[in-house]
Amino acid sequence: MEINDVILKTVTKIIVFIILTFGIELFLSGHHEPGGGFIGGLVLSSAFVLLYLVHDIETVHNGIPFDFKKIAAFGVFLAVGSGILSVLFGTKFLGQGSRVFDLPIFGETEISSVIVFEAGVALTVVGVVVTIILSISEDV
Amino acid sequence: METLITLLVGVLVTIAVYLLLSKNMIRVILGTAILSHAIHLLILTMGGLKKGGVPLIQGESGSYTDALPQALILTAIVISFAVTAFLLVLAYRTYKETGSDNLDALRGVNDE
Amino acid sequence: MMNNFLVMPMVAPLVTGIILIFLRSNVLLQRILAMISIVLTAGAGVYILNRIQLDGILRLDFGGWMPPYGILFVADSFATLLVLTSTVVTGIVLLYSFASTARAEEKMFYYPFIFFLLAGVNGSFLTGDIFNLFVCFEVMLLSSYALITLGGRKVQLVESIKYISINVLSSWFFLLAIAYLYGTVGTLNMAHLSVRVAEVGQGPLLTVISLIFLIVFSLKAGLLLYFWLPGSYSAPPTAVAALFGALLTKVGIYAMFRVFTLIFYHEPGVTHTLIAIMAILTMVGGSIGALAFQDIRQIVSYNVIISVGFILIGLVVSTDSAFQGAVYYLIHDMISKALLFLLAGTMIYLTGKSKIAEMSGLIRNYPLIGWLFFITMLAIAGIPPLSGFIGKVLIGQGAIEAKAYVLLGVGFISSIFVLYSLLRIFLNSFWGETIISEDEERPLKRGMAIPVLLLGILTVVLGFGPELLAPYVSDAANTLANPDVYIEAVMNGKD
Repeated sequence: MEINDVILKTVTKIIVFIILTFGIELFLSGHHEPGGGFIGGLVLSSAFVLLYLVHDIETVHNGIPFDFKKIAAFGVFLAVGSGILSVLFGTKFLGQGSRVFDLPIFGETEISSVIVFEAGVALTVVGVVVTIILSISEDV
Repeated sequence: METLITLLVGVLVTIAVYLLLSKNMIRVILGTAILSHAIHLLILTMGGLKKGGVPLIQGESGSYTDALPQALILTAIVISFAVTAFLLVLAYRTYKETGSDNLDALRGVNDE
Repeated sequence: MMNNFLVMPMVAPLVTGIILIFLRSNVLLQRILAMISIVLTAGAGVYILNRIQLDGILRLDFGGWMPPYGILFVADSFATLLVLTSTVVTGIVLLYSFASTARAEEKMFYYPFIFFLLAGVNGSFLTGDIFNLFVCFEVMLLSSYALITLGGRKVQLVESIKYISINVLSSWFFLLAIAYLYGTVGTLNMAHLSVRVAEVGQGPLLTVISLIFLIVFSLKAGLLLYFWLPGSYSAPPTAVAALFGALLTKVGIYAMFRVFTLIFYHEPGVTHTLIAIMAILTMVGGSIGALAFQDIRQIVSYNVIISVGFILIGLVVSTDSAFQGAVYYLIHDMISKALLFLLAGTMIYLTGKSKIAEMSGLIRNYPLIGWLFFITMLAIAGIPPLSGFIGKVLIGQGAIEAKAYVLLGVGFISSIFVLYSLLRIFLNSFWGETIISEDEERPLKRGMAIPVLLLGILTVVLGFGPELLAPYVSDAANTLANPDVYIEAVMNGKD
């Protein structure tokens, strides 16, 4: 069944980038303001789901040739790995630290090691959500 | 406010139990989803509703709201999200395999 | 002093599981890595056990957040013994599944899910925070959901819907209890909970909350609320069923021991009496079930239920020797139930039938399986000098000390029913006329025989040498009997 969805496709082209940017913004602001890996990841995955809805699965797979199961696994690995890494630095398991850097464009920015853990969470969420959507929709 | 939310929890649980007891698989899954919403609200209420400022380091000073219930709920949401998703996939597979989403019809299905 | 190694029993399986996902297509490499990881995890378990003997109960605060604010792992002898046993049992069941699992399933993330299951089980044993216990339960349950459906036969799908629904419901009750508990005493750290509950006194409200916890853990452990258990445990493939039978109910039992010895021990007249009644009904119901069914898998599943009731006598009686007996019996039960499920599965694999009446004279075809079944039967029934004996004697001794004669009587009568139900399998299936001729005989794979034999050796060793475990078990019982030891270690102990 072909649906004439020119409007949807055109809007998606723009919207996807807005959603992705917003997702990253949410993810990065997670340290001192509302946000974080989980909701950042959910927003990011909604962009992917939108792509899958508008185009068919093969087209999106050609553009984004990742196995989302592996992305989820990599995310968990990153999250657990950040915990183990803190052991190697001589603190408690899952211990975190932060330091203020003077970056060229952003000025004084506080970067915390939590960001690795959060990135892991975000990737896990993206991987899991897309995997679930795909496994339900694959053979409809 | 607490009383109101508790009543809402009660209503949600009632709906969820009704759905859980139905024979349609999708309704049962929706029932589990609503059940988990009810418990999240209850955790929030048990932690006390809106007593202080936003629990952020740069927020206004003074007393903060207890942030723990939110953390608990976030974890519980993630888990119930995963379980609901799994159940949906499973229900779909079962429907394809047996051709029925009626739980009564699935009774006593044996191997062959 | 750093106790970072305490996370090993949970993190090692978790990381292994993740790595195995990436090695999906290379089954051989998956198997090798799996075994290495099991050895490492078990080694960590042994190391922690010995450290506890030296330094007392150990704790690790995640991210350096001091109790009662952060989440933490607490390792006492009770938890660590169970961690060690479950890791070893998982390792042996993995060995069995190398031979029994189909290639296609091995590639469908079978090994990763087993490791996530182990991570959840070990995490549940070690955690010192009641919400974290919920999270570890869910890790364990989610992997078990995946494992029970793996293969996707009709009966598995249908059974798993029941299994998942009942577990979603029990998770809901768990959250309900946690919400009420947090609203009442305002903490979730188990040691701190114990202090707070002792301060305000376990009034009617807290007792009701404790009963909600009882419902939750009874559902998980199969104490009285076991109606979902035989169906779900007989649906999945043998190796998975063995893991379920050996580990999952035990986690529920562990949680019950933890909560009712550490936190809610002030009103034994209500809680412990109720547990006693539930234990008796469980043993009676389990015995009836074990005798009523013809299918081996059903009989074996009902045997799991009987032993749940029996172990909880130890909790009800709550004397030092009863606790020791319960710890011994838990360890024995994990090993012997895994063995029993593997043996039943092997019999079904060899004959292609699952009803006892359809098999006969197997002992001539497969003497090893036959005699191992005989030994397992004696061990589970508690005949000396096999592994079930010491646990049964100590629990019995405790029951006599506490003058709980009814419990004692029901417990030992249920042992006779256990013996009879297994003897029925033995007489029907192994004795009698041999109906499989030698050329029709399906060869017993060595990969199946070795793990079963290993478990058999473990039960015999545990039976002959309980002294090996004696110092650890008495320490575990001591912590259970004196909650102050645990509280002191968590709240004031150095870290």
